[in-house]
Amino acid sequence: MSDKNALEYWKSNIRIVLSLLFVWFFISFGCGILLVNILDEIRVGGFKLGFWIAQQGAIFVFVILVYVYIYLMDKLDDAYNLNRDKAKSVDSVEEAR
Amino acid sequence: MSVQIWTFVFVFLTFGLYVGIAVWSRAGSTSDFYVAGGGVPPLANGMATAADWMSAASFISMAGLISFLGRDGTFYLMGWTGGYVLLALLLAPYLRKFGKFTVPDFIGDRYYSRMARLIAVFCAISISFVYVCGQMQGAGIVFSRFLEVDITTGVVIGMAIVFFYAVLGGMKGITYTQVAQYCVLIFAFMVPAIFISILMTGVPIPQIGFGAELTDAFGGGYLLDRLDGMSEELGFAVYTEGQRSTQDVFFITAALMFGTAGLPHVIIRFFTVPNVRDARRSAGFALIFIAILYTTAPAVAAFARTNLINTVNNAEYAAMPEWFSKWETTNLISFNDKNGDGRIQYVGDPEVNELEVNRDIMVLANPEIANLPNWVVALVAAGALAAALSTAAGLLLVISTSVAHDLMKRSFMPSISEKQELLYARVAIFIAVLVAGYVGLNPPAYVAQVVAYAFGLAAASFFPAIVLGIFQKRMNKHGAIAGMLSGFLFTAGYIVYFKSLNPTLDNAQGWLLGISPEGIGTFGTLINLAVAWLIASFTPEPPQDVQAIVEEIRLPGEAIQR
Repeated sequence: MSDKNALEYWKSNIRIVLSLLFVWFFISFGCGILLVNILDEIRVGGFKLGFWIAQQGAIFVFVILVYVYIYLMDKLDDAYNLNRDKAKSVDSVEEAR
Repeated sequence: MSVQIWTFVFVFLTFGLYVGIAVWSRAGSTSDFYVAGGGVPPLANGMATAADWMSAASFISMAGLISFLGRDGTFYLMGWTGGYVLLALLLAPYLRKFGKFTVPDFIGDRYYSRMARLIAVFCAISISFVYVCGQMQGAGIVFSRFLEVDITTGVVIGMAIVFFYAVLGGMKGITYTQVAQYCVLIFAFMVPAIFISILMTGVPIPQIGFGAELTDAFGGGYLLDRLDGMSEELGFAVYTEGQRSTQDVFFITAALMFGTAGLPHVIIRFFTVPNVRDARRSAGFALIFIAILYTTAPAVAAFARTNLINTVNNAEYAAMPEWFSKWETTNLISFNDKNGDGRIQYVGDPEVNELEVNRDIMVLANPEIANLPNWVVALVAAGALAAALSTAAGLLLVISTSVAHDLMKRSFMPSISEKQELLYARVAIFIAVLVAGYVGLNPPAYVAQVVAYAFGLAAASFFPAIVLGIFQKRMNKHGAIAGMLSGFLFTAGYIVYFKSLNPTLDNAQGWLLGISPEGIGTFGTLINLAVAWLIASFTPEPPQDVQAIVEEIRLPGEAIQR
């Protein structure tokens, strides 16, 4: 891969990471801590919204963020043909041994 | 069958399973011993990471702590899961590409300096050691309560098992044992949670039962409303409202997140998968497996708190069920009939309150408080042991690799053969097990809190050094070393100052900007970053070959050959 391509790949990578970290910060530190009292005014079933995000909602968002990251990075790797060791990926314990 | 017999059966079966796996997956080379030969599939690595990560603190203490902290307990929940986002996005793929054995390996090579490597070894060993103390104490509590052996015997049994499979199998043995331990611990955590959720709300999914209405037997109304009401009535803090200052919660959450991403025993798990894609995938699996427990824990906390208040408050002491007296004998519950009426007054006012409940027992006692079948109670004991042992093994491996690989092979005795290195690694584990066992028997006070400090230290030392090493090509050894030292020393100093030297000042007024010692690691991280950046800006840039390494690790593909 040429230096120019490598640089472009890295820039796209940084863009993906930064945008996901923005969501990460907004949901956990933003909604879960800084805005929690305001969001608590809203009720969803038996939960106050702020309390729910702080104790459960944020964790679900974290899982989603990591999977969005995996998806976007796989796509990026394919676009730059960086998947040469894809075939070597091991799928079961048996194969690994 | 009694709880005790059930416990013996479960503990015997699970321990047998761990030993069997250890024999099956013996380590033959240093690569097997350090990184399981680099051939662990992402799903298995995800489970192993989850078991490695979820310690006695997660399994035993966390839900209990939350049930007493209410909304403030949030920092454990978000802090210990949000760190995986950082790990997955900022560290795991690049460290896998780098493709070495340990965290000090990365620090030493990236910062081309033996000094940096040695500082990293020191940080890795002290962080892991602080952490392992908590595991041994957790195992001790479980043994003494459920098997009614004394704590010494309990800790010795635990150490013997860990010793056996860690020495024999190294990372390979530990990995596949941890896969089994994850299954045991998650089953043991979920079964009672589901039972209690059905019992109290009629909903079989605890995450949903958390926000559901109580059954008529428990007085109806939404669980959390009822808990808020009862807490207020008895003079406790309202459950769904925070007591700590916003900035303290913010700083503690951040310290736990940065710390999670900087813990060496978690990071090295990503060295064991075949390639960069698998490193990303296994971070995803790990977070899912962890999230199952972490989204259940706040529900368990609320159920347990409600149930405890319902059961004990204003109840006759003489009519207390069997679990109450059993926990009393371990001194983890104590009742002092101040007004002499033979009833338990459990209220917020310390003058009137007659009951002290240790937070660590909420998860362990919960199934008994809810009157669940004996086998469920025993299952929890086996789960707690799986959580404690799996984490202890991962930590011991970090200590052993730091000594044998980073200290001996890479720093002081580069001429030793692979066979000798493997021998040193095994001897190091042996010594580490003995020391950990000793600490488990003579635990320093407040071990659960001590574990929280390990995060602050990891946050202030490793996390910035690794992130800068990947994302800042210009970062040189001078900056990284100065940053790690200042972050680590500041954080350790702050904790020691308030916990040992000047405990009377350990309150919101005495703290710097209202930040507790638990949260100061965030400040340490910022100091580390600032110092590293400042020093690096007027010292020479790193050599060309190091800059080439940085460019290499940014691209997925084959591991670097050097």
